[in-house]
Amino acid sequence: MLEAVGLGLIALGLAFDLFGCIGLVRLPDVYLRLQAATKCITLGTCSILFGTFLVMGISAVGVKALLCIFVIVLTNPVAAHAIARSAHRAGIRLWPGTVVDQYAEDQRKKH
Amino acid sequence: MKFWRWLIGAVILIGILAWILWRPFPFLFYPKLPLVGFFGRAFYILVLGSLLCLYRVARGPTSADRIVAVDLLGVMIIGICSVLTITTRRSWYLDIGLAWALQSFITILAFCKFLEGKDFDA
Repeated sequence: MLEAVGLGLIALGLAFDLFGCIGLVRLPDVYLRLQAATKCITLGTCSILFGTFLVMGISAVGVKALLCIFVIVLTNPVAAHAIARSAHRAGIRLWPGTVVDQYAEDQRKKH
Repeated sequence: MKFWRWLIGAVILIGILAWILWRPFPFLFYPKLPLVGFFGRAFYILVLGSLLCLYRVARGPTSADRIVAVDLLGVMIIGICSVLTITTRRSWYLDIGLAWALQSFITILAFCKFLEGKDFDA
């Protein structure tokens, strides 16, 4: 039973990873690519790791998988935030169809 | 023109995905790995996603695209390590994934500071 649930979680994670990579290739802008790919791939890989934990049970492999989930959830959003901030500060242009840019408005209001 | 490029890309991607789901090829990388069945298909789907990330690394117009793609390539490789752990029953593949995650975080932060200070390739 737990193995079947684990295999289902791994399949779900594979779908999320593949759609995240397609979004990374297809979308037109740095910020849109970051927005699409980071969330999809983080959730997909965490799902694959939790499926590994459910398949292998509580052993060395399962505990390492849980530790990997902890590290990824802790570090990957921070890295994405840092990339977006530094890209905006380095002056990389937004896509021309962008509606609103609140970070630039805040910077303008501050000065 | 744009429509034909979109159509060719979609046909190539769906063709490779259908080939993987139809019959995985266990002889491609290392013949002793038991890459058949569900986990063989999972391994090759993750390799396909990593190749898409590598395309973005090679073809990204700005440097921030390359940084994003390298970060996500690291996370995809952690998934590959997890699948290999299940197929081979060796627990040290997940050690590789853990070390990769930690070092990737520090590397990405260093790249971001460098990108923020200096405008190259943009």
